Amino acid sequence: MSNALLQYTTVFILSAFVGVEIISKVPSILHTPLMSGSNAIHGVILVGAMLVLGEANTNLEEVLGFIAVILATLNVVGGFVVTDRMLELFKSKSPTTKKPKVEEDAK
Amino acid sequence: MSRGTLIDIAYLIAATTFIVALKFLGSPKRARLGNLIAAAGMTLAVVATFFHQNAQGRGLLHIPLMLLGMAIGVVVAVPAARFMQITAMPQLVAIFNGVGGGAAALVSITEFMHIKAGHPATYVTLEVLLGVLIGTVSFSGSAIAYAKLQELMTGRPITYPGQQVINAIFALAALALIVAILVTSSTVLLWALFAVAFILGIIFVLPIGGADVPVLISLLNSFTGLAVAASGFTLGSNLLIVAGTLVGASGILLTRMMSKAMGRSLPNILFSAFGSVITATGGAGGSDRPVRSGTPEDIGVMLAYSSKVIIIPGYGLAVAQGQQALRELAEILESRGVEVEYAIHPVAGRMPGHMNVLLAEANVPYEKLKEMDEINSDIATADIALVVGANDTVNPAAKNEPTSPIYGMPIINADQAENVVFLKRSMRPGFAGIENELLYDPKTILLFGDAKDSLTKLVSVVKGV
Repeated sequence: MSNALLQYTTVFILSAFVGVEIISKVPSILHTPLMSGSNAIHGVILVGAMLVLGEANTNLEEVLGFIAVILATLNVVGGFVVTDRMLELFKSKSPTTKKPKVEEDAK
Repeated sequence: MSRGTLIDIAYLIAATTFIVALKFLGSPKRARLGNLIAAAGMTLAVVATFFHQNAQGRGLLHIPLMLLGMAIGVVVAVPAARFMQITAMPQLVAIFNGVGGGAAALVSITEFMHIKAGHPATYVTLEVLLGVLIGTVSFSGSAIAYAKLQELMTGRPITYPGQQVINAIFALAALALIVAILVTSSTVLLWALFAVAFILGIIFVLPIGGADVPVLISLLNSFTGLAVAASGFTLGSNLLIVAGTLVGASGILLTRMMSKAMGRSLPNILFSAFGSVITATGGAGGSDRPVRSGTPEDIGVMLAYSSKVIIIPGYGLAVAQGQQALRELAEILESRGVEVEYAIHPVAGRMPGHMNVLLAEANVPYEKLKEMDEINSDIATADIALVVGANDTVNPAAKNEPTSPIYGMPIINADQAENVVFLKRSMRPGFAGIENELLYDPKTILLFGDAKDSLTKLVSVVKGV
């Protein structure tokens, strides 16, 4: 077993515990945005896709890397935009945004 | 400081933003900020990656192609995410998750081809294979989940004789291929593994249907996280390991919470083809028993002269796009001095929290939304429980009938309110396909029709009272 593997395994195990600890405190109403947000975060595979495309030596590697970049970008961008759109909705009922609406209704 | 160290610091910052973001996503006030922080961290990581140099000090090749790929991704993803109906959110999450899994699988495959000549250590190959297997299952599984939710195919579980055996054979085939590739390092066999994993994802998801699909998406989300972590091991990237593992761990926890909210264990959801069993029993229930149905006038007057109404919304409301009409009805009732609250079942809509998002979109105040446990202690004081497009989440069979497939699922105790009003399209059973005794209860009154139409009629009746 190499030192590198040991180091990565350490990071893996610590991250697993952090992931569990953080999530266990989330109220159920935020589960959908949370799922969507974590969906965006695993889009970090884009970094991996860039690395393999950037190192590609053969045409096949190039094609596969290119497709990976497209798919990963979809994941990352789509994930963040959808999550933001969901959370935008939660924000919109503070008293300040409600007031002008009432005035509008009165007109 | 060397360029490599600077890039690693950028990655460290990005990993930290992801942890902070997940924490912030747990609070309604900071959730949006959390998402933006993660997006900023992601941008930093991607920009830093452009400066990457390999061990020989050579920068990344194919930068224009990379930029083209990113541009294509952005051009497709942004409009899809911006303009799709908010009711279609579960599908959208499914598809964005699936492509992430596909990307992870491709990264692992490509990296394998790249390092194969150097005879990598066995554990490196194993990481590659796990990345390919998990990522591909997540990809094809998410595609099927998308098709089910988008109603491109039946949402019901698909079962056939010998299904478990066939699934087991494919799982064993995948395992055998992994062993064979570890021994031979064959690229051909790697593609065979890719194909087997692709089929495995499909046949794994086919028997899961109905209300279980969101739980499945959450599980596949977690899978993608693990596939990304596996790619991180192969590429030697701490960032990918941290982010992938965070998602993998949290996703499994979230999946468990969701299945718990439905009163069922995860293996039960994944392997028991729930819906098919129920269609069999549900069909036998006598649907010609008498029910009490009312006119909008009856029910409007009832609502207007009550003192406390608890609204229990379900997916039928979302399908009919009736959230605005519902909010309007609630506001008119409140202006008459009626106390109105919303009882949100954890799995109302199609995902936990989905209903909150839908109601928030209709400007329903956040404080009015009560979670199930909170409202259940209070529901006996209500004059009317107004059930709008929900069914299974108020089915007393979950408490009273040990033989019922949903027995043990926590429900909103609508049956404890003095009166129960159902706005329903028809007598057809809900998502789970189970007969609901509450519909036949003498204190229950039904208003048939599309939820939005019914609500609009009720609004005009209450206005006129």
